[in-house]
Amino acid sequence: MAGKTISEKILSAKAGQNLRAGDVGVCEVDCALGTDGSVPMAIGYFEAMGGTRVFDPRRVVFALDHYAPPPSRAATQLHQRMREFASTHGIHVWDVGEGIGHQLMVESGRVTPGSLVVGADSHAVTYGALNAFATGIGSSDLAAIMMCGRIWLRVPESIRVWLTGALQRGVYPKDVALTLAKDLGADGASYQALEFDGPGVASLEIEDRLVISNMTVEMGAKNGVFPAIEGGVCADSDALYARVVNIDLGCVTPQIALPHQVDRVTPVGDAAGTPVQMVYLGTCTGGRVCDFHQARDVLKAGGGVARGVQLVVSPASRRVLDTLARDGTLADFIAMGALVVTPGCGSCCGTCGAIPGDGVNVISTANRNFKGRMGNGSANIYLASPASCAAAAVRGAIADPREFAQEFEG
Amino acid sequence: MTALRLLGRARIFGDNINTDYIITSRRKRESLDPNVLRQYLFEEIDAEFAASVAPGDLIVAGKNFGCGSAMEVAATAVLGAGIRAVLARSFARTYYRNAVNNGLIPIACDTASIREGDQLEIESAGSVRVRSLTTGETIEAEPLPAIMLEILEAGGLVPYFRRHGDFKLP
Repeated sequence: MAGKTISEKILSAKAGQNLRAGDVGVCEVDCALGTDGSVPMAIGYFEAMGGTRVFDPRRVVFALDHYAPPPSRAATQLHQRMREFASTHGIHVWDVGEGIGHQLMVESGRVTPGSLVVGADSHAVTYGALNAFATGIGSSDLAAIMMCGRIWLRVPESIRVWLTGALQRGVYPKDVALTLAKDLGADGASYQALEFDGPGVASLEIEDRLVISNMTVEMGAKNGVFPAIEGGVCADSDALYARVVNIDLGCVTPQIALPHQVDRVTPVGDAAGTPVQMVYLGTCTGGRVCDFHQARDVLKAGGGVARGVQLVVSPASRRVLDTLARDGTLADFIAMGALVVTPGCGSCCGTCGAIPGDGVNVISTANRNFKGRMGNGSANIYLASPASCAAAAVRGAIADPREFAQEFEG
Repeated sequence: MTALRLLGRARIFGDNINTDYIITSRRKRESLDPNVLRQYLFEEIDAEFAASVAPGDLIVAGKNFGCGSAMEVAATAVLGAGIRAVLARSFARTYYRNAVNNGLIPIACDTASIREGDQLEIESAGSVRVRSLTTGETIEAEPLPAIMLEILEAGGLVPYFRRHGDFKLP
């Protein structure tokens, strides 16, 4: 009998039975995240199910991140309802300003290797970077977890992504994620897991892996899992894979997703010269300390923000914001005229924060560029690495960040 | 699933219809009521849809329907418009789950030959079969996992949990 993939091993352990790809199991959930985008509905389902007590409140956590700060009375009321429910049931709440739930899940140590962690938000796949089986769910499944602590899951087939080499100067994990999106397409990994392995993995820091795992849902993946830095769950050498995708990290070049599809990807140089009026640095993909350092280095090397460009900075969490404040990066951004906004999801999904105007071209470190995604269907969103976004801010037009590579450490 | 028969008019959409296109994220900030949200269905990609949708209409799409955000209003807002089933070449997994959990029937089948306005008949008795009354063509649908059939049969995850209180594998 063939060996098992990481996903098969974790889900077998959580279901307490021997599961293979294609099997359905009822699995114990180690931790579940809900956000203000999903919990208000989940509370409704929970009450309709007849729920009176949350099965294990220590395994549930809420983040007020989508409407941070709430831009309307209705949104504030959603927050109030969540706080009251959490208080009644003893659930921890990350309140407005603490940051994006996914970032806080990682920072708080709630994700451990080999765990099953779900989030009522599609970008819960981010935690696969930490060797967890991590996937997104809806509000009703979150309600069911609050009822019984469990979820039914079909064990996915896995695509093995074999990484070799190391990224060259001016090339970042976001470029790897966009390369994968281009190669696989928006549904290329539907119902499947992406399992990253190979000698190239060691060259990627945890922060790098988080970017790649985060974007696996843009290929339809159920989870995007890396080996643990140490220990954790490893695949058997004779595990069965649906297929293998090879990526030589040394051959990856800066990429950009064009409006309005994440898999509409081209080398950033092919889009060079396209004027840009807004540059957005932040989100659960590109809002960590290293992302802002990379962007700051390019901006400094290039001499700052071009006239007519609005630079928006949204750290993924208060801890990221604190770090940037202490190490001087925040002061650099402010001196360059950046608009610094509350840590959270707002602008990325157009629920609050900086909304682009009609006809505006935005380049962003985010993960989605659907029409209307940032709150205006008449704007165009381009997705790229923090360095590519910064290069565009310098030029006022899309540019290859390697043009600045001689002048910074990146 | 117990025998079911739906008759409805096909409303055609393309590939990769993400949940923000079904209902934009910012709408759920102001209301979660499907009767309110139905007014904004598909507003980013088909401004006429919400005004022209009629109860009983069937959404017919290409591949990867419901990709992107896992937001569940993308299923409940569709139900709010009186749509009982979505046919697509394939579904994003979160949409597939959310649909079933709310009693919206996701039918994965070859939708390429279906045209806007075609009259479709959906029959479910064991397997799901789609028949076009306009062209006479019959299309077989992919089967749902047994647990999804049970949840659908119960009418969604809420009535399922009221009955079982937990997940029970068939």
